[in-house]
Amino acid sequence: MLSQEDRSLLYILSQDCRLTPEELSIQTGLTPEYVNKKIKQWEKDKVIVKYGLLINYEQLEEDRVTALIDVKVLPQRGHGYDKIAQRFQKFPEIKSVYLMSGDFDLCLVVEGHNMHEIAQFVSDKLSPSELIETTSTRFILRRYKQDGMEFHGEEEGPKRLMITP
Amino acid sequence: MKEYLSPLAANLKPSGIRKFFDLAATMEDIISLGVGEPDFATPWVMRESAIFSLEQGQTMYTSNAGLLELRRELSKYMAKNQGLQYNPDTELLITVGASEAVDLAMRALIVPGNGVLIPDPSYVAYAGCAAIAGADIHYVPLRAEHDFRLQVDDLQLAYTPNCKVLVLSYPNNPTGAIMTRDELLPIARFASENDLIVITDEIYSDLTYEGTHTPFATLPYMKNRTLHVSGFSKAYAMTGWRIGYVAGHPDLILAMTRIHQYTIMCAPIMAQIAALEGLKAGDSAKKEMLLEYDRRRRILVNGFREMGLTCFEPLGAFYVFPDITATGLRSDEFAEQLIKEEKVAVVPGTAFGPAGEGHIRCSYAYSTQQLLEALSRISRFVKKRI
Ligand SMILES: Cc1ncc(COP(=O)(O)O)c(C=O)c1O
Repeated sequence: MLSQEDRSLLYILSQDCRLTPEELSIQTGLTPEYVNKKIKQWEKDKVIVKYGLLINYEQLEEDRVTALIDVKVLPQRGHGYDKIAQRFQKFPEIKSVYLMSGDFDLCLVVEGHNMHEIAQFVSDKLSPSELIETTSTRFILRRYKQDGMEFHGEEEGPKRLMITP
Repeated sequence: MKEYLSPLAANLKPSGIRKFFDLAATMEDIISLGVGEPDFATPWVMRESAIFSLEQGQTMYTSNAGLLELRRELSKYMAKNQGLQYNPDTELLITVGASEAVDLAMRALIVPGNGVLIPDPSYVAYAGCAAIAGADIHYVPLRAEHDFRLQVDDLQLAYTPNCKVLVLSYPNNPTGAIMTRDELLPIARFASENDLIVITDEIYSDLTYEGTHTPFATLPYMKNRTLHVSGFSKAYAMTGWRIGYVAGHPDLILAMTRIHQYTIMCAPIMAQIAALEGLKAGDSAKKEMLLEYDRRRRILVNGFREMGLTCFEPLGAFYVFPDITATGLRSDEFAEQLIKEEKVAVVPGTAFGPAGEGHIRCSYAYSTQQLLEALSRISRFVKKRI
């Protein structure tokens, strides 16, 4: 279990991972030494896996498409789904691999520059595999919200008054 | 037309923040730390439930005391989270904000000429409502050397036998101070000894950053002499909905409900529905806001201390109350020069009573970027003066 202090440290870091240990120390009330040590520990323990960036490519008018590919596999005896999942995760095109409940077994998140590229990837790399029974590919058309951030937020509403008691 | 006004209305003083409000309104690109309300919108679950209720056509009056379901849920919530036991049928009244609750309490209790003990500095409405009710106001100074915690010695000095009511408000606006159970006990004893009714405004109770909040009514023998005022404006970011409540002895609540029935009828139904949803499902959103405030609180306190100002650590609400006497300026001079020179709006401590002199109130209900920008401007301003 995380302590209250550590939870707060992790929360603040998750909101802005560019904060220095000194800034984190101010915002949490923990010492910079503790903050430093804790972050190192989390990095070592793979609690913090990576420091990320959330990019809205739509703003850049870059061509980039994301597909969710549901996959039904024929589980291998003795290996369950791990073996095939581990094979999928090696493909750089595949950004995420999840074992799912429901009609399909695995869900892959695949990124490419256009639909064609992804379609090619599916037909070249996934479909021919003797371990795959069926796939169902769905393309993301618009991103409204990701990782807690609204991409197309509400219009800015009326402002607060400048001074209130 | 002034000659038509009652002396009471004619003599009512404008709120101390008015002047700065007017000044700030004329300027552009102001960063304001002058706001006493959250920067968050009401949590979506609550807004959504109100929208749904409107779609369903729930647009009627409710019972005077408020939706029974809301009072029941509130009663459960208070019991579970605060150790307060109030009967939803007879001891709870849903009001149009804590503001209305304070007004009702004064009107229900005060015979013109009765004394009301009001901490100084404090939220502006207490003295206003007491004056409207015809009370004689006795200010009790809160002192920086006691971290703005009310002291019995000061109460004793301000007390006269005509005093009937004591107003308490912790966590406090404007200072951000809190009081622990041990510190409140002597106040409770004083209230008993002098047969005072205590109006305690605990609207910031969920915004407590260290330890747990002690509701005054949970102290020994205090339940009957306490009117526990609170609301949803701050912790649930619901200022514009206008919803609050008061809990207390059935006789007092009944009298207040009678006044409320003629003057207000009932709190807005959509606000009641949203508040109900908040009690049922708003906890995680509330906690997230608390985490965010806590972090900003530390940024501001640290910022003021780095400038060389004395700033006691506020442990509640969303205000810091730094001491600006090192600049050689009075509170109102500081605030006025700061807004003109650096375009940062703060509220002079004196807006909350004469004992606020030497301090300014800065709210941290702002994004960290805004706070950091405001701090760098204030720092430039302060450096020129110390
Ligand atoms: C101490 C205190 N009590 C009451 C209020 C008003 O609350 P409400 O919006 O519930 O009327 C405020 C608002 O600033 C406040 O600071």
